[in-house]
Amino acid sequence: MRHATKALLLLASAALAACSSTGADRFGGGSGGPGSGIGSGSISDPTSVAYFQQTVGDRVLFVVDTSTLTPAAQETLRGQAQFMMANADYTAIIEGHADERGTREYNLALGARRAASVQEFLVSQGVAANRLRTVTYGKERPIEICSTEACYSQNRRAVTVLGAGLGS
Amino acid sequence: MTILRIIALALAGLLPLQVQAQDGPLRIEITEGVIEPLPFAVSPFLAESGAAGSYARDIARVIGQNLAGTGLFREIPSSAFISQVSNFDAPVPYPDWKAINAQALVTGSVNVTSDNRLVVKFRLFDVFSEAPLGEGLQFVGETANWRRMAHKVSDQVYSRITGETGYFDSRVVFVQETGPKDARQKRVALADYDGANVQFLTDDRSIVLAPRFSPTGDRVLYTSYETGFPAIYELNVNSVQRRKLDVPAESMTFAPRYGPDGQTVVFSLSQGGNTDIYTLRPGGSPQRLTRTPSIETAPSFSPDGSRIVFESDRSGTQQLYVMNADGSNPQRISFGQGRYGTPVWSPRGDLIAFTKQNEGRFHIGVMRTDGSEERLLTASFLDEGPTWSPNGRVIMFTRETAGAAGAPALFSVDISGRNLRRVPLDGAASDPAWSPLLP
Repeated sequence: MRHATKALLLLASAALAACSSTGADRFGGGSGGPGSGIGSGSISDPTSVAYFQQTVGDRVLFVVDTSTLTPAAQETLRGQAQFMMANADYTAIIEGHADERGTREYNLALGARRAASVQEFLVSQGVAANRLRTVTYGKERPIEICSTEACYSQNRRAVTVLGAGLGS
Repeated sequence: MTILRIIALALAGLLPLQVQAQDGPLRIEITEGVIEPLPFAVSPFLAESGAAGSYARDIARVIGQNLAGTGLFREIPSSAFISQVSNFDAPVPYPDWKAINAQALVTGSVNVTSDNRLVVKFRLFDVFSEAPLGEGLQFVGETANWRRMAHKVSDQVYSRITGETGYFDSRVVFVQETGPKDARQKRVALADYDGANVQFLTDDRSIVLAPRFSPTGDRVLYTSYETGFPAIYELNVNSVQRRKLDVPAESMTFAPRYGPDGQTVVFSLSQGGNTDIYTLRPGGSPQRLTRTPSIETAPSFSPDGSRIVFESDRSGTQQLYVMNADGSNPQRISFGQGRYGTPVWSPRGDLIAFTKQNEGRFHIGVMRTDGSEERLLTASFLDEGPTWSPNGRVIMFTRETAGAAGAPALFSVDISGRNLRRVPLDGAASDPAWSPLLP
């Protein structure tokens, strides 16, 4: 639940920020429509954000300094693609993250690469490109805070954050 | 003048120097990696009016701290003084200062005028030559700017003894960090070079990264997540007004720096997962300088604007490259073990400072602009992001400690690798950028 809560907070802040930027309206904010009541929906509801986060899996992990999708990551992303296609009103922001063992600028670029490789995979599975947007956080938003590989491996991630639907 | 030459050698610090016995009593012994700092005294500054008393004490104290903080000088405590200077214009009793081995002596006086302005006078003496070192000087300014006046006096003293321009009357823009590691809040902040007078330039609602000064020090470029996506903003230091750089929507931009003209901005733009280097001039559209599928980021102009140093992983790992300002003729310059990033061209044009990652450690280092004579100055769990003092003699950088409670702080180090110091600031701080000398 901890991850889920954090992801929701991140999404909420991204949505707030998006309100003030032109052209980003469809990536959050607004009211009504599936996904906009973030956190709503039961894990047993296969159209809910909670189901996506916990049952489908909202994140994939990467090997050090790579953006290659591992077989496990591809498996998760196939599930994400199926969910996105079955629930066509959702959009998503794909966040790319890096561990702390790199310089700030490089990690931003690496996070962008990771987010893009998830985006490309989802598109290859049939998700419309205009439902997806990427953002890199570099090493700015670790989810685990120790300085060992146990934490680094969780921080080298791309998280698919569902948002309010198109046209909402 | 022996004193000048020896300190100049010490400052250069690029080679293991062996300076042995000097003629006469002015002697600084420099052995490999160790310099014997030059002993100096700051005589208590005379207060010419009651209102000037606290300024006189504070200014003399800051001058002492500035000079001692370079590692090149050692301040003799006033408790050792034999003479009390009671008149700014009285002859200096050199034997009293020689007796305590004060090789340089700073005297001064402070007055507060009826319109509340501060008048600071100072003189510098080469004690063992029994002669003033340069003319006495007077600075006039607002009382609120008393620290700047202390810095200006210090710059004069430093410059007269070393033959180099000083760096004390300068500022640092950086990121102040609060909160736990997984929910860090960040603000762009400004302070004197020594960590005093902290002011915040942004609030903590959005992540902000890597502020960089304009060549005139009046504007700052930085990256902010204000829109939810990383984008570059330019901020006026005085008005705190900011504007977003005009770049294509749906792109992410970061790692900005000004060109020496103060107008051109060089930065990274990330689109479709590929990060390349662009320049933007006011009213223009972004010009793409690199066109590879690899990561190109952290660009920094040479001081003459003709070239750009940047990092790229086109070879498979992060390495440093220099290209012409139009993007032509990129040449790799780093070939040592490990990975190299965040290159910054020195204000003198002679060196490039960088972050190096090797065998699990991070280092700040310098190399010539062709990549030769690489020297590592620091080592820790995480050192990164060097920035140059205005005179190219000192480097400030971020050092972050490990673990769940790990936090960043600003440190400085000489380009010789000596005099590693933490910049005194309350709380965590990262991403420093040093201003030019203030006007």
